[in-house]
Amino acid sequence: MMNWVFVLMAAAALAAGALTGRMEQVSQAAMSSCGEAVELVFSLLGMLCLWSGLMKVAEEAGLTARLSRLLSPVLNWLFPGVREGSPAAQAISLNMAANLLGLGNAATPLGITAVQEMKKESPLGGTATNDMAMFVVLNTASLQLIPTTTAAMRLATGAAQPLDILPAVWVASALSLSAGVIAAKVLGGVVSPLGAPVRRHAR
Amino acid sequence: MSQWIVPLAVVAILGAGLWSGVKVFDVFVEGAAQGLKTGATILPALVALLTAVGMFKASGALDLFTFALEPLARLLALPREVIPLALLRPISGSGALAIFQDLLATHGPDSFVGRVASVMQGSTETTVYTIAVYYGAAGITRSRHTLAAALCADITGFVASAMMVRLLMGGP
Repeated sequence: MMNWVFVLMAAAALAAGALTGRMEQVSQAAMSSCGEAVELVFSLLGMLCLWSGLMKVAEEAGLTARLSRLLSPVLNWLFPGVREGSPAAQAISLNMAANLLGLGNAATPLGITAVQEMKKESPLGGTATNDMAMFVVLNTASLQLIPTTTAAMRLATGAAQPLDILPAVWVASALSLSAGVIAAKVLGGVVSPLGAPVRRHAR
Repeated sequence: MSQWIVPLAVVAILGAGLWSGVKVFDVFVEGAAQGLKTGATILPALVALLTAVGMFKASGALDLFTFALEPLARLLALPREVIPLALLRPISGSGALAIFQDLLATHGPDSFVGRVASVMQGSTETTVYTIAVYYGAAGITRSRHTLAAALCADITGFVASAMMVRLLMGGP
């Protein structure tokens, strides 16, 4: 599906650029965006190193094992294929803790480690398992208790009470997260590991 | 309060390491080297994604999609002003932030549109970017239902944002 997103976005850009007469800008964007990707990785690199290093220390100190034991009831339900106490379970626990604390910068490196660990134990190779899909969905709909960037921008544009949106944000995030978890559980049972939907009524 | 979390986490982890006899510095450096490798592995996926997103943003496709999606937005009770934000939020964090800033400046943060935009911005994440980075780093090429499930969460979040602002803070 990511293949389609990639091609469709570029194709939509070509079509829209032709319609709106902005092919010049499209062409420039196509050539300059790859440099932005390098800059982005550079800006992430420090965080990646810092939190990968801290995670290694936490792992050797036995902290992550304890955290994952604490979270195991939730983990077992969300990720039935991830063994309790495995390196994958530990990385998932740390990522969830970072998300809940609002440490987005720490959550990314920990999340990458988690998917890498899940892949090591997966029989599917380059195909996403149901556990990986569930994990990524949790991260794309993550429950952030206080959206600091949003609040800061509301304050900057003169909101009377920048945080008055919090109750609405919490309910909307909870609904969004639930929809994601349900969708991942339901689709995980329907979509075959080969990528195509299971045809139950094939002739 | 929140500024305490990071320093406390750093000291707690390093302290616990020292306490249980871990060679803290050496182990940290070993882990950090792994992070460096991860950075290199996510670069190809980011080049692909940012190129497509950059072309998309520059082409004016956003305006065309906004126009085409207006009937759907009306059906979902979303104000039409936030359609570009809903379109860009899943694919580009910085792009969404720019549109969000513009909406706040144009309509005011305490307007209905400003509030719905704020709740949308605060309750969703950059879905496609997250999938590209996580799966790119791990070498997962077939994402199966990941994107579909994640977009389900996003759309629910958008609709719920407008609904909750109406319910908890008053309508337009």
